[in-house]
Amino acid sequence: MEKRLEINKLSFYRRKIVNSVMLSLSLLAAVITIIPLILIFYYTISKGITYLNLDFFIHMPKPVGEPGSGMANAIVGTLILIGIGGAIGIPVGILTGTYLSEFGNNKFGFLVRFLTDVLSGIPSIVVGVVAYTIVVIPMRHFSALAGGIALAILMIPTITRTTEEMIRLVPHSFREAGLALGIQKWKTTLLIVLRTAWKGIATGILLGLSRAAGETAPLLFTALGNRFWSTSVFQPMASLTVYIYNYATAPFEDWNKQAWTAALVLILIISIFSLIFRIITRSKYKV
Amino acid sequence: MSNEEVKSQVTLNTEVAVAVQKVPKISAKNLCAYFGKVKALHDINFDIPEKKVVAIIGPSGCGKSTFLRSINRMHEVVGGTITGSLTLDGEEIMKSDAVMIRRKIGMVFQKPNPFPTMSIFNNVIAGYKLNGHHNKKNLAEIVEKSLRQAALWDEVKDKLNKSGADISGGQQQRLCIARTIAINPEVILMDEPASALDPISTAKIEELIFELKKDYTIVIVTHNMQQAARVSDSTAFFYMGQLIEYSETKKMFTSPEKKQTEDYITGRFG
Repeated sequence: MEKRLEINKLSFYRRKIVNSVMLSLSLLAAVITIIPLILIFYYTISKGITYLNLDFFIHMPKPVGEPGSGMANAIVGTLILIGIGGAIGIPVGILTGTYLSEFGNNKFGFLVRFLTDVLSGIPSIVVGVVAYTIVVIPMRHFSALAGGIALAILMIPTITRTTEEMIRLVPHSFREAGLALGIQKWKTTLLIVLRTAWKGIATGILLGLSRAAGETAPLLFTALGNRFWSTSVFQPMASLTVYIYNYATAPFEDWNKQAWTAALVLILIISIFSLIFRIITRSKYKV
Repeated sequence: MSNEEVKSQVTLNTEVAVAVQKVPKISAKNLCAYFGKVKALHDINFDIPEKKVVAIIGPSGCGKSTFLRSINRMHEVVGGTITGSLTLDGEEIMKSDAVMIRRKIGMVFQKPNPFPTMSIFNNVIAGYKLNGHHNKKNLAEIVEKSLRQAALWDEVKDKLNKSGADISGGQQQRLCIARTIAINPEVILMDEPASALDPISTAKIEELIFELKKDYTIVIVTHNMQQAARVSDSTAFFYMGQLIEYSETKKMFTSPEKKQTEDYITGRFG
């Protein structure tokens, strides 16, 4: 009896120690995870704040050394490029995801799911080359449209898979409830199932848009970049990421600082997107 | 007892029930149901009279839910197929449009399933609205009428804008009944509507069924023998995919014809 009690005591202390070691390890991992994020914020804010003023938003890029330089064209360009990408990528992604979860339990669905996963692993520069081949070459010049299509291709896998996963989480009983009320299958899917899963889908859309907003490589040979004001989707278009790439690697300190500001603005744009999505999808009811 | 004998006996009892009501609301003839190669129902012959409550009892897996679901073609949703004849007012259900059939034959499920993203008001009106009616004036009227009929109005009239999932389980189930009533069906199918509820909520649902049979034909599947005895006019006993016995509830629970039925309702098996 005595002995047994002792063993129990021993195992009790060992359990306690193992427990606290494991907890400390996971805490450490969590801290390591957020360090890069803090560094990114620290550097972009401290270095980018210099040029963060109204001029940056409303003025065009000026020659090196001239004061009051801005990136109005690149800010608008980035928004247009994401807009084109989203206009193509969001509907395609949501519809594909809906198909996969509601009707995709067959060989074709399996194939689509597999290819979507492959697509999400393809380097963005390859997607850029493809967009260059199928859009830029036939049109004979670089264009915002080509850039938008490249971004759409990058968004689709994220949105598709998130939509599928989120719709799968909607209990089968809601579908049955809708159908038993004599509501057609498509209306049940759209107005009951998608509506229930909407919050999760919106997160997927946001992830897709953010990823696209941060892409540089596929834009280099599609939208190219533009030092002038242009909102035509058939012309080359400026974007923040391409400006960051060009300005950060240029030998002028002035431009390097503007690259930091552009980076800061890009982060701000994505944060504002995120905020808008949170507000739009904020429902009265918790699901 | 041979299969033939069972069948003739069942038909006989069916005739007793039908004598009360000449034209059956729902009629099944040689109805078989399959899930893939598994046969879930064997040659069911079953008439359900109008504006009566018919209870279906039987052990789990006996085919009672399958039968219930085939009446409004919800068996298709879970991958079942049926053969034989199944009619509503003399018209073949399988030859009609599934959507139209479900508007005439509503269904209440075992687990309350109000739409959580909709308010109570919108839950009630969901079927009506999504069926293509947009007459705004009527909506409030229909919601109130349906909720009153489902005996839920007094409890929720001050919180119609709250989520359908924010009320108690018993209230949710009555909300689902209100939602079904709102599209004005002729038949209401209930698949163990009270088995997830507490005794007080169960009693409310049972009272409600008693009220509803003035306007609707009700078929209720239940595991609760007392409930079947309390709410139904006639009762059917299913076992191993067969309709063993079907007669007036009083007779069923006092002097069942079949040994199997007696064993089941006295709790000797199942």
